[in-house]
Amino acid sequence: MNYKTEVSFTVNGEEQLLNVDNRTTLLDALREHLHLTGTKKGCDHGQCGACTVLVDGRRINACLTLAVMHEGDNITTIEGLGAPGDLHPMQAAFVKHDGFQCGYCTPGQICSSVAVLEEIKANIPSHATSDLTQQTKVSDAEIRERMSGNLCRCGAYSNILDAIVEVAEARP
Amino acid sequence: MQFDTPATTNPIDRMKVVGKPIHRIDGQSKTTGRAKYAYEWHDADIAYAYGYPVGSAIAKGRITSMDTSAAKAAPGVLAVVTTLDVGDLKKGQFNTASLFGGSQIQHYHQAIAVVVAETFEQARSAASLIKVDYAEEQGVFDLEVAAEKAVKPDESQQPDSAAGDFDAAFRAAPVTLDARYATPDQSHAMMEPHASIAAWNGDEVTLWTSSQMIDWWRGDFAQTLGIDKEKVHLMSPFIGGGFGGKLFLRVDAVLAAFGAKACGCPVKVALPRPFIANNTTHRPATLQRIRIGAERDGKITAIGHESWSGNLPDGSLETAVMQTRLLYAGENRMTAMRLAALDLPEGNAMRAPGEAPGLMALEIAIDEMAEKLGIDPIEFRIINDTQVDPENPERPFSHRDLIGCLKLGAERFGWDARKAPAARREGNWMIGVGVAAAFRNNLVLPSGARVRLGSDGIVTVETDMTDIGTGSYTIIAQTAAEMMGVNIDKVAVQLGDSRFPVSAGSGGQFGANSSTSGVYAACIKLREAVARKLGFNSADVVFEDGNVRSGNRTVPLAEAAGADGLVGEDTMTWGDLTETHQQSTFGGHFVEVGVDVATGETRIRRMLAVCAAGRILNPITARSQMIGAMTMGAGGALSEELAVDTRRGFFVNHDLAGYEIAVHADIPHQEVIFMDETDPYSSPMKAKGVGELGLCGVAAAIANAIYNATGVRVRDYPITLDKLIGGLPDVA
Repeated sequence: MNYKTEVSFTVNGEEQLLNVDNRTTLLDALREHLHLTGTKKGCDHGQCGACTVLVDGRRINACLTLAVMHEGDNITTIEGLGAPGDLHPMQAAFVKHDGFQCGYCTPGQICSSVAVLEEIKANIPSHATSDLTQQTKVSDAEIRERMSGNLCRCGAYSNILDAIVEVAEARP
Repeated sequence: MQFDTPATTNPIDRMKVVGKPIHRIDGQSKTTGRAKYAYEWHDADIAYAYGYPVGSAIAKGRITSMDTSAAKAAPGVLAVVTTLDVGDLKKGQFNTASLFGGSQIQHYHQAIAVVVAETFEQARSAASLIKVDYAEEQGVFDLEVAAEKAVKPDESQQPDSAAGDFDAAFRAAPVTLDARYATPDQSHAMMEPHASIAAWNGDEVTLWTSSQMIDWWRGDFAQTLGIDKEKVHLMSPFIGGGFGGKLFLRVDAVLAAFGAKACGCPVKVALPRPFIANNTTHRPATLQRIRIGAERDGKITAIGHESWSGNLPDGSLETAVMQTRLLYAGENRMTAMRLAALDLPEGNAMRAPGEAPGLMALEIAIDEMAEKLGIDPIEFRIINDTQVDPENPERPFSHRDLIGCLKLGAERFGWDARKAPAARREGNWMIGVGVAAAFRNNLVLPSGARVRLGSDGIVTVETDMTDIGTGSYTIIAQTAAEMMGVNIDKVAVQLGDSRFPVSAGSGGQFGANSSTSGVYAACIKLREAVARKLGFNSADVVFEDGNVRSGNRTVPLAEAAGADGLVGEDTMTWGDLTETHQQSTFGGHFVEVGVDVATGETRIRRMLAVCAAGRILNPITARSQMIGAMTMGAGGALSEELAVDTRRGFFVNHDLAGYEIAVHADIPHQEVIFMDETDPYSSPMKAKGVGELGLCGVAAAIANAIYNATGVRVRDYPITLDKLIGGLPDVA
């Protein structure tokens, strides 16, 4: 019985061709096959958000999706957002506001943050959106609600909010 | 270097780098995903195999047989190692429950096998094919039942304390409180699961793991495997949170080592999230009784605190009464702790062990007592402040500014606007405020470091200290920069490697003060080596701006280092200043909550902590420690509870969906104020810990705010809506 399938997708701008066990999650494809270990495994059950990556610009829990489902997709991980010395504005804001401690949930928080601002801009409502007839605006309540799938046991939430708000306010 | 007399002026007092709000030096590596955690060690030349653990399906008894034939025949499987295969193993010095080996089962999800395969998916699949037969025994899982047969543990755990005549004074007191409280089992729930990679080279083993305490792990790992400690090289440069859960050797390391030996290749093992709550340790639940007697003017005359907690028979107490021996005055006092034998997983340290659950109860009791007396709860605490150890008045606190914290906090928080219980309403929200004292002792442990000065002028610190998110990398760099008179960008810090000098490690909020003191001691040695090399009189040498200066001679540090560089190494050890002087940290927590009048849902609206914790080495990382602990306290107050199945004997909600920690939407903006102070009795750094102080008392402040909002007093954590709703006003 053949458990393996070839799949190709783009990760951080690079084409990747993998031959993976069908059971391999996108998370394990990134971490164990491509050695992009910036994407973290906290629970492997979609409960913590540490594995959040961007697939075609939208955030997804990489542990809840199989690698073979992503043929042709464009995936961005924390490594693709920026690098030491060349930080993405959200990464720089997290450093400035100390929006992390142990650092393990941090890549997921940052990927989620980047996507959250796009979701608000795209007028996708959340539980915290009070008026569905108006363009959704960045607010503390909107950010807290939308970020609540990303757990941080070190408890950096208050600082993470400051970081996201600063990036949101700097955007055109 | 032995620290045995209070610190006088030293180079740290310059505060050019220490005490400055410097961003984490590991910040860029963490925010870009480049920091490598245990499971992520990857050498391109090596094929790592994957180990997947199997846990016991019973809580107590023994394994009668295991059938591994299907697992061994499964695709990709390289080895299966069972607990029966390895037989009884020597337990680590710091472990209560056996991690692996032998047929006895002490708790649910105790590790009983590891399946090693070429891929993670193959290992996980094959692990489910192992068949196990058990002889199950009846266990005891209910603390309330077991507490009736609780015993007094040995004196090393200080189960009892007494001063004066508590019983007589309590009987005679005109105002008294006698109340019972309960705190649940809690899980560390750090974001990085316990994970290890083991690689053997002959009889030597390299272990990349996630450990708060490198040397403790190294010793217990060697002891469990039956090898010499010297044969173990252990590395843990980044740790994805610990909170006490990674203080002691865990089974991922043991399974990786056995798996690697069996398959002849390096093996990586991470504990699956649903395995962690029952396989590892947790903070034990407590039942507490507090009695306070006072004069009508508010002066406490009698204070008694008793606590019952459970553990495996050889386990330790949750020392929930300890703060009550020191926090408030009162001539007549008693504490008592009793241990109930339970067959639940091992109870052990979680952030602020003892004080966290102890203050969850005590600081409600103080609030209740203040109300009985008709005295503001801050004033009541001030009336009963003490500057000496109440059990031993000859012994002063080294420095204690609880009153300052409470007064400043009251002013900043707007405490004077507080209303009577259930008197403030905004729409559906009943609004209330609460206060609690924070208290946590300042511990110190021996801590070593090696500091190298290179020919390039770079100062490199090597110590087996760990950074579990606390900011160790940064404050150690600040310490070395201050001592050697260089900019922080001229300092490199290497941590978490057993080849480096043994440090205090991370725990008990002793890490920052102890480890930087070790770096201080090593830098003194390096300064002496520099002075000696240059022929300077070390007494009048100044290290400043990258130079070393004596009289009118100035030499760049890089030049002084010479081609071969210079090294200083030392260990800070501690005299008896912690015995002659009580060293503790203090704070005041202020919280405003809203409780939905219809649903009983509590929302935290404001949080403020004011802390007195000696010199603050870095206000950014110290503040983060505080807000993080306040967040953990919010979870502890409102949602965190490991639910015990008292029939089958396990924690039911053993994942991050069922065990509810605080999330973004639960946490408001948090304010933290540090009192500007130093404590020369604590160390040459004049610092104390803050990492656990922030958790101490915060849950009680929330509980007291809920009482102020609703008039409903809940003494049983977590304060979920079902405990409030019956006492809320009718909504038509």
